[in-house]
Amino acid sequence: MSSPTFLLVGFQARRRAKARSRSLKPWYRNTPLVAGMIVVGLLILLAIFAPLIAPYDPIAQDLGATLQGPSAAHWLGTDKFGRDVLSRLIWGAQVDLRVGFLAVLIPFVFGSILGAFAGYFGGWFDAIVMRIVDVFFAFPFLVMVIVLVFILGSGETSIYLAIAAVSWVSYVKIVRGEVISAKEQDYVVGARLGGMSNARVLFRHIGPNVFSQAIIYAMSDIVMNIMGIVTLGYLGLGIAPPTAEWGSMILEGQEFITTHWLQATVPGLMVVITSLGVSWLGDGLSDLLSPERRK
Amino acid sequence: MLQRLSFIPGRLLQAVPVVFGVTLVVFFMAHLLPGDPATAILGDKATPASLEALRVQLGLDQPIWAQYGLFLANLFQGNLGISFSFQRPVAELVFQAIPVTMSLVLFSMVLALAISIPLAAIAASGPNKPRDLLVRFFTLIGQGMPQFWVGIMLILLFAVNLRFFPVGGFGNSPLDNLYYLFLPALTLAISISPVFIRSLRSSTISVLGSDYVATARSKGAAGAPLFRQHVLRNAAIPTVSIIGITLGYLVGGSIVIEKVFAIPGLGSLMLNAIYNRDFPTIQAVTLFVGLFVVIVGILTDIAYTALDPRVNLTGKARA
Repeated sequence: MSSPTFLLVGFQARRRAKARSRSLKPWYRNTPLVAGMIVVGLLILLAIFAPLIAPYDPIAQDLGATLQGPSAAHWLGTDKFGRDVLSRLIWGAQVDLRVGFLAVLIPFVFGSILGAFAGYFGGWFDAIVMRIVDVFFAFPFLVMVIVLVFILGSGETSIYLAIAAVSWVSYVKIVRGEVISAKEQDYVVGARLGGMSNARVLFRHIGPNVFSQAIIYAMSDIVMNIMGIVTLGYLGLGIAPPTAEWGSMILEGQEFITTHWLQATVPGLMVVITSLGVSWLGDGLSDLLSPERRK
Repeated sequence: MLQRLSFIPGRLLQAVPVVFGVTLVVFFMAHLLPGDPATAILGDKATPASLEALRVQLGLDQPIWAQYGLFLANLFQGNLGISFSFQRPVAELVFQAIPVTMSLVLFSMVLALAISIPLAAIAASGPNKPRDLLVRFFTLIGQGMPQFWVGIMLILLFAVNLRFFPVGGFGNSPLDNLYYLFLPALTLAISISPVFIRSLRSSTISVLGSDYVATARSKGAAGAPLFRQHVLRNAAIPTVSIIGITLGYLVGGSIVIEKVFAIPGLGSLMLNAIYNRDFPTIQAVTLFVGLFVVIVGILTDIAYTALDPRVNLTGKARA
């Protein structure tokens, strides 16, 4: 997986070091964190309460009212099957947010644990793990996800597996690096001199201090997952129709770009808003979780 | 110079297991498929006898390590198999598509730098001032836009409404292609420039705070000349390594963008292969992309070392 978002963690860390004095403030004064919580919170509420909020059934076709412009009855018009675009947009949040957030879990846990062991024990284990990581880094995120979804067959489970197979490597790299630098710190050296077991040192002493970087990275990973799922939807390889999903809505809307430009535009805006919210959340968390603050 | 580049053989050696691993991953992809290649080729027309014959012909009756050996041997001879859907050697199809995708990737890299350098300079000239916050907001938005959607929006604006550029396709001459590839390259450039801007911005801010810039300022240098002569070269060094990583990302992005703009490159080849379940072609494109990223990684390391002024000083003094 070679994605530039991976690099942003480094910049965030550098920025955080500069903002050390700024970060000593209560969480509610942390503007990006609050903004991110509001945007993401509203989107999650929208997804959960989609059945109550959406004015129409998102897959109910009305072939007598296809491709209508915005009106009082259909605020964003209807698509080529006469389905209400606003309702599909609201229901689409369910699929895209669910995949975006849940797909982070497996790679996060697996990659972080592997990276912690590799960094802590070093030696041949570290060498082998890092060579495998190098191999997976050679395949760009989208290429690998597309190929794996093809191999595993369509469906949501395949998408989770494909994303997991690609994105665990970033967590290995991040946590391994953090563990290696933590190993030299006084509190770890002290704990080991005190005769504590490796497992205890790793999970009780190093763990809480290094996983914050992985959590911060997970936010940009969520953005990337959402890009992945909408791209799969756009390529016709994602969640099967007629389920409402933003990527496939853009694909259907592209056909009518000259006459009904709203249909391809609005689902994309939803993706932008979602990513913006999650990115703010990540920025805010990086302020909040910076190790400097705990001192 | 020679001494400075003496790390290259070691770096090449380090890439060998990675290249080996890439071929291994691509080889095993075929074995994750439900059924096997023989079933995929014959499809509905398969009879037990014909399946068995084809399996023997493809070497599928051999143990797995022998199959991998055969795969590697074929690979070294440039034999990537026959495309199921085109009935032509896959290598031929891939080599036809490579120049198209590479022009798109390089063009978008140029555009991305053209967007990023000025914006990063503007942002770095006043950290936390409104112009900086504006640029940073742009990077957040740019990162959050799906590439294909940016492409569709650019088509809507520049091709459908303003009619400046074609909606899609590929030209016949290099000059023609600059015109055809402008919108797709701009799309990819918009999606990668946030990374460049962030990197350049932070390195520019640190260069601007350095002693040698203060010296240059005290001698009267200011504005654009100061930026060009004293800041840009030093601030650009960390970005070089990012350019390398981004090239791989661009190849991934071009798969989708080629579909949006109907460009006959690797991406279109790959997607057509996926829609037609043409596995040898999928395998070949994946393999090429993996090897490309590994090679670019090596080149990036070399460029980085060649550009780093600190390494330069250990050789002989710079004029």
